[in-house]
Amino acid sequence: MKALLRNRELVLALILVIGIAAIGAYQPAFLAWGNIRDMLTETSVLFMMALAQMVVILTRGIDLSVAANLALSGMMAALVSQYYPDVPLILMIATGIVTGLLLGMLNGALIAYLGIPPIVMTLGTLAIFRGMIIIIARGDQVNASEMGVAFQAFPKQVWLGLTSPVWIAIAVALLFWIFLGFTRAGRGLYAVGGNPVAARYCGIDQRRQDLLAYSISGAVSGLCGYLWVARYGVAYSEIASGYELTVIAACVIGGVSIGGGIGTVAGTLLGALFLGIVMTALPVMQISPFWQMAISGAVILAAVVINARAERRPDKLILPEARRLRRVTP
Amino acid sequence: MIVSDPILTLSGISKRFPGVRALHDVSLALKPGRVTAIIGENGAGKSTIVKILTGIYRPDEGEIRVRGEARSFASPRDAWAAGIAAIQQETVMFDELSVAENIFMGHMPTGASRLVAWPEMRERAQALLKRIDAVIPPDFKLKRLSVAQKHLVEIARALSHEAQVLIMDEPTAALSASEIDDLFRVVAQLKSEGRAIVFISHKFDEIFRIADDFICLRDGEKVGEGSIATVTQAQLVRMMVGRPVDQFFPKRDVAIGETVLTVEGLSNATEYADVSFSLRQGEILGLYGLVGAGRSEAMQGLFGITPITRGEVTLEGQKLSIAAPSDAIAAGIAYVPEDRQDQGAILSLGIRENVTLAGLTKHVKGLFLSRASEQAETRSLGRKLSVKAAHWEQRLAELSGGNQQKVVIAKWLATRPKVIVLDEPTKGIDVGSKAAVHDFIGELAGEGLAVVLITSELPEVMGLADRVIVMKEGRIVAEFKRGQWSAEAIVGAATGAGKEAA
Repeated sequence: MKALLRNRELVLALILVIGIAAIGAYQPAFLAWGNIRDMLTETSVLFMMALAQMVVILTRGIDLSVAANLALSGMMAALVSQYYPDVPLILMIATGIVTGLLLGMLNGALIAYLGIPPIVMTLGTLAIFRGMIIIIARGDQVNASEMGVAFQAFPKQVWLGLTSPVWIAIAVALLFWIFLGFTRAGRGLYAVGGNPVAARYCGIDQRRQDLLAYSISGAVSGLCGYLWVARYGVAYSEIASGYELTVIAACVIGGVSIGGGIGTVAGTLLGALFLGIVMTALPVMQISPFWQMAISGAVILAAVVINARAERRPDKLILPEARRLRRVTP
Repeated sequence: MIVSDPILTLSGISKRFPGVRALHDVSLALKPGRVTAIIGENGAGKSTIVKILTGIYRPDEGEIRVRGEARSFASPRDAWAAGIAAIQQETVMFDELSVAENIFMGHMPTGASRLVAWPEMRERAQALLKRIDAVIPPDFKLKRLSVAQKHLVEIARALSHEAQVLIMDEPTAALSASEIDDLFRVVAQLKSEGRAIVFISHKFDEIFRIADDFICLRDGEKVGEGSIATVTQAQLVRMMVGRPVDQFFPKRDVAIGETVLTVEGLSNATEYADVSFSLRQGEILGLYGLVGAGRSEAMQGLFGITPITRGEVTLEGQKLSIAAPSDAIAAGIAYVPEDRQDQGAILSLGIRENVTLAGLTKHVKGLFLSRASEQAETRSLGRKLSVKAAHWEQRLAELSGGNQQKVVIAKWLATRPKVIVLDEPTKGIDVGSKAAVHDFIGELAGEGLAVVLITSELPEVMGLADRVIVMKEGRIVAEFKRGQWSAEAIVGAATGAGKEAA
């Protein structure tokens, strides 16, 4: 039992189930399939963004520019839709992804090869990306009426009961799981974050891993940029403002260690789901928006405290009686 | 010689650690105005004495007297209060703070308001630095200073406490010749002021230049003491090493095969030059030298960690160009670093992920890693090295230190190396485990690996190696074959006392 409680994914899943049951008992409408589907659709961007952020945090980095990247990539996709409405939808989505990828590579290249601290670099590009939105859109915004019909229809399509953003998030999560668990590059991310010196001795190039991590983060932000803009039908410089903090919070709740080297796909997804439920349930329960922010903050702090306890290094068990005690539970 | 009462005496000091006798019945008297050199091999007990003098360790037995009065130091603070200050090998200071703050850390002058009296602190720092002729602005941040200047700041710090005993633990290790001259001038001045100085160095020329008295330690015991004027370098070397070493290390008989590795003129801009040697299958090559002689750096150059400016590496007839560790690993060279826990283990990952990390290419099947192949490798190496764990996915953080080390070694064996470099493989482990490591090194050689053994321990290198090369100040200064060496000759070459000792 104790060993099970130490598995933080299980603990988090348990808390989620209890929480959902409690909310459902109080407000049965919350458990309606339609509501759950909406909640998942609403959270799908957070799922993907949190996974991408996790990859960066694994390397002991942080990417604060993800929301700005999302907004800029979304704007690029929206502009293509506005000015070249005949372009196939897939190319419009690709515009978002490629823009995001290039912006992420910029972060990664400067962090990896010039040694700029990630927090400084991405804080800088956060401002630059937001500023660039205003420049490329000439200070204007792109409204729903200016975007193509197919462009906006795609995120609302429902396949097998779930909307397309949810299916995309499932596909992305699967890709991350395979990438992190079954490729050399994925293993390398854990290694450079866990112990950079040891990783170097093992022939892993930290700079390439950094470049890779920020590129992934950028590409996912770009994809989410399209989904965000298309779903809400508006692109301007301030969309998803401050969203990077929500993304990082999802990672932390999901057990990703800010110190690097520790984090799982399942944990991060649960962390994002947890935040997603808190943020959709609180309005349903008619809690004031002011309290909503305070409650989200408290939840994040609680998660950090639990994390810190989980990562505490085990005792050495010098006392023989302590060793005997430990041996009882294998 | 002016006879005066010693400032500080140690009598009958003993200190034990689990499995190790660090000091046994050591006595020592430090007289005012005299420099006492403590000499001995690595592990002879020099640092333990320093730690007892500075209150970091408490002796199990024995007595410390300061000016005739028995004292016991419960903490470094007590030692400071008794007027004992150490200038440490790796200076423990605050890089981001000013020189004045470093000098007065812990006892900053304060005014009536209890706030730090900056002008007074600056003035007093200036005065202290002037006393030792150090031209260092008190407002400079410490990180702007050279190592030599940092030593001077530490001396000023000691003077700010009116320290009567100054301990200098290898103060010249990172200094240039002219900086050493400056330091020795300061030492001479401190001497003339009637302070007692403890000087620890491996370099005999310095000892003969600056010391008045010496004590020599071996295996935690005092094996000689006296006035430096009455001994020769050769006599000191003999005192340091004089013990039969061979019987501890039963060397295996291993058939030595073809030449595997040839290194020609390996050089780095600042750390080592013209390192050339060859290595054969099943051979153990000892790489001996003092700490800081450039042995690890040269081998890291071979491994692609430190950049090489010149030099040729040939492995099994193939010329290699090694720009990064991945090149070396691919060619069949493994390097087990000195600090295996910090530089080797990834505590947040599991045993399997650690074991397969360096040789991960082998487990790629198609696009992806094969879990089954990783597991098979981990199982076989884990069993071979008898790693004790609940299961092979267990996180390394949950294993004991010894088992973590085994995992790190397993990781390097998993790369199927032809040449393995072991950097201080027995540093910091107890006597019992040492024997196991030695046995294991013999086993590796027996399996046909070519082994480079970097060690600072003479018995180890003499017991295990087929051949020894000695490095000093970044260059190879001597090479000995098994049976044609003596302890004196090896230490002589490493310390530069070679001509007289041979």
